[in-house]
Amino acid sequence: MQQISVSIQVNGRALQRTIEPRLLLVHFLRDVAGLTGTKIGCDTSQCGSCTVLLDGRSVKSCTCLAAQADGSSVTTIEGLAAGGQLHALQESFWAKHGLQCGFCTPGMIFAAHELLRTNPSPTPEQIRHGLEGNLCRCTGYNNIVRAVQHAASLGVRP
Amino acid sequence: MTTPATTTGRMFGSGIRRREDPRLITGTARYTDDITLPGMVHAAMLRSPHAHATIRAIDTSAAAKAPGVLAVYTNADIEGHLKAMPCLWLVPGADLKIGTYWPLAKDEVRYVGDPVAVVVAETTYQAHDAVAMIDVTYDPLPSTTDPQKATASGAPLVHSEIAGNQAFHWTVKGGDVDAAFKNAEVVVKDRIIQQRLIPTAIETRAALAQYIPATGELTLWNTTQNPHIVRFASSVVTGIPEDKLRVIAPEVGGGFGSKIAQYPADVVTIFCSKMLGRPVKWTETRRENYQATTHGRDHVQEVELAATRDGRITGIRCKVWAGMGAYLSTAAPGIPTILHGLMLSGPYKVPAVHEDVYGIYTNTTPVEAYRGAGRPEATFMLERLIDKLAHELNLDPVEVRRRNLLAPFEDGCEVITGLKYDSGNYQAALDKALDHVKYDSLRAEQARLRQQKKYLGIGVATYVEICGLGPSQVAGAVGFQGGLWESAIVRFHPSGKVNVFIGASPHGQGEETTFAQVVSDELGVSPDDVKVVHGDTDQTPMGWGTYGSRTTAVGGAALAVATRKIKDKAKLLAAHLLEAAPEDIDYGDGKFFVKGSPDRFKTIQDIALMANVAWNMPAGMEAGLEATSFYDPPNFSYPFGAHCAIVEVDAETGRVTLKRYVAVDDCGPQINPVIVEGQVHGGVVQGIGQALWEECVYDDNGQLVTGSLVDYAVPRADALPDIEVLSTVTRSPHHPLGVKGIGEAGTIASTAAVYNAVVDALQPFGVKSIRMPMTPERVWRAIHSDAKEG
Repeated sequence: MQQISVSIQVNGRALQRTIEPRLLLVHFLRDVAGLTGTKIGCDTSQCGSCTVLLDGRSVKSCTCLAAQADGSSVTTIEGLAAGGQLHALQESFWAKHGLQCGFCTPGMIFAAHELLRTNPSPTPEQIRHGLEGNLCRCTGYNNIVRAVQHAASLGVRP
Repeated sequence: MTTPATTTGRMFGSGIRRREDPRLITGTARYTDDITLPGMVHAAMLRSPHAHATIRAIDTSAAAKAPGVLAVYTNADIEGHLKAMPCLWLVPGADLKIGTYWPLAKDEVRYVGDPVAVVVAETTYQAHDAVAMIDVTYDPLPSTTDPQKATASGAPLVHSEIAGNQAFHWTVKGGDVDAAFKNAEVVVKDRIIQQRLIPTAIETRAALAQYIPATGELTLWNTTQNPHIVRFASSVVTGIPEDKLRVIAPEVGGGFGSKIAQYPADVVTIFCSKMLGRPVKWTETRRENYQATTHGRDHVQEVELAATRDGRITGIRCKVWAGMGAYLSTAAPGIPTILHGLMLSGPYKVPAVHEDVYGIYTNTTPVEAYRGAGRPEATFMLERLIDKLAHELNLDPVEVRRRNLLAPFEDGCEVITGLKYDSGNYQAALDKALDHVKYDSLRAEQARLRQQKKYLGIGVATYVEICGLGPSQVAGAVGFQGGLWESAIVRFHPSGKVNVFIGASPHGQGEETTFAQVVSDELGVSPDDVKVVHGDTDQTPMGWGTYGSRTTAVGGAALAVATRKIKDKAKLLAAHLLEAAPEDIDYGDGKFFVKGSPDRFKTIQDIALMANVAWNMPAGMEAGLEATSFYDPPNFSYPFGAHCAIVEVDAETGRVTLKRYVAVDDCGPQINPVIVEGQVHGGVVQGIGQALWEECVYDDNGQLVTGSLVDYAVPRADALPDIEVLSTVTRSPHHPLGVKGIGEAGTIASTAAVYNAVVDALQPFGVKSIRMPMTPERVWRAIHSDAKEG
């Protein structure tokens, strides 16, 4: 199969790789970049487990070809804690018991990141609407809402 | 053991942050699919597109030549290498008939998703490409999907040798139910469809097998709730001896029962690694997960309740057709029988019961445990009929419950099905829920709103469940092909740090934290100095797994006993080192001191060091500070509670809005109330999902219509209210820590509470029943139908 070359900045590190054109961004991150913190929970873009930041905005990385991310910058959960300091969202999910099995958590954190980027002080109802594209089967979302409220109160870095 | 129970320490009851979370929130946790080994290759399964068909021919030649492909295997290749999948819950006295369950279909496929062939290739993409190149010629056969219709004469047979598709017929009887119905002043009935559900752990299943030809050893990384059962069953199927089989459950992304079973794909992955001498990883897609990972519920229930005119239950009689799917999954027969039928009388005084349960094969995905496993189906029947009885007698549903609830008991109450509940105070939980929602004012508000054509509904469910499975002697008596004890090793290192090794296998429930809290209190070390190790059969002692809300209820007991053994030994060593008689040593706050001389003491860390270096041990005492406990519980545990749902129904559209949800659960003393609350949240929402949104649908040809997350309605954040969680505390008399288990409680009560609320809201329309899930269309039709159901 024909191969193409892409250059994607992942968590601040430039990765130049030759890949199949059909390779999904999520597989690029997991299998090429070796960053397995980004999860795959479905095959129809419903669950949101694969959500990452693409040029600062959230995207479900299973809906995006790696080729489409060529020249872009991606932040995964591994790159969110800058300088070893947990991001306010990571801290808040921990503090408020916003996760159980943890599988949806990386994607949920980035969905919340997007929400707070566009609405720094959301109401609980706005949080619930903001997270409707991400599924969690463990928490019933209760403590995820609390965690995002908490993160909003701490102020999230841009 | 001489040391008394201490459950009043600092850490027990503290809502400390979870020790699991740092790795989970930073992406450093490793789930099965995250693991890559040198030389690893990838497997993909070809699955049946037919509900029922004979396989006339399989042509794998094109697939075998596809780029990157190492091998393609079908049933012909596994013959002689893999045995049929075992069923491990052989419920006795039920005329159990087991249809042969091959890891890869032999001659016939019996459900959409039945595995037919496997491809192993260098990459996942190549493996999936090659799967599409396998050419199978099928001759479709008639199929059946409804567990009641499958019993009709002339219905297609899932297994040609099993008449009437009946896998088993099990009965529970107590008291004189015929007399109860003959003399009944009032009888209420219902026909309930407990629809089939798809558990939908967000992590799909995966297996990574690494066979070492030189030693004959195999390691399996597996998304499982019970690695030791997987080791045992995989050994049976693959012939790899148990001592050479290591099963690791790394991080596991939720299970809810769907990761209990021994699965065909996992043993096929083992087979592939053995044949190729390379590590082989298989990860299912969500579509595969929906087709081939076990489903839950799927009951048709015909149930009736006899009572007096003053609302006292005199008997319950029912027939249940429980869909088993095409094959009997690992624990499947025990779920609609032992875990369902024995809970028929719930928290009520019921003098007579009779239930017939028919386990029925259908051309569908095998059905297994799904959170609550049998108990939600029992609770729902009872709670529906009580509301119906209240309606029939024009009594408040709460009042009918009050008239029937068992009186409080602290140490055992025998019920009509033969179980002995451990402790209960059902009235207290109900009162707490009603006080919290201000039930009387809610009823007044409901009446007021009805004047404005707004339809508020209030639904109550009181429940008791059986968990903490369970005494091994009972396990044997009810046909479970294993024990149900748990184990723990507590090991002090010379530096005073502690490793705990447990046989149970938590996967999100937080026992790395709660068990560290228990050790902290029992032995006076910081929870930060305790690491809990689980999920690796080569590291941990034998255990039977995490399901049935048993990890804390049984494994926690094993842990408590092990810590007390340590304390007993440490006390003797302290006495020796302090040159005092053992009876003159007291213990408090991590210190062993001489009575009356609190300054003469040794800390547990001092003792750990001295025990490990063993320079000065009492005569006859072994070195080290370590204890193992195998704890077999004397009884099950019986958590209980009362839930209240408040809904508003839009009569124009049929849309149900859940306004409030209040859960009062009693799981005994709570080790970590924040974690308990989280378990209730998740459980409640799964139960709400069944009431309002979730349904696994097969069409008349046995095609899975809800085969993806586009079609199957997992609850989303925006459809839910804040869940209000309260509790009462009733100790289990037989557990060393008094705890009962909380993993499933929320799911067990919530479906009934929400259902009752919706039907309550629709009283002005005369609606008596609505089929679940209560979608807007079904609610609207119920409102506008002239013939009200049931």
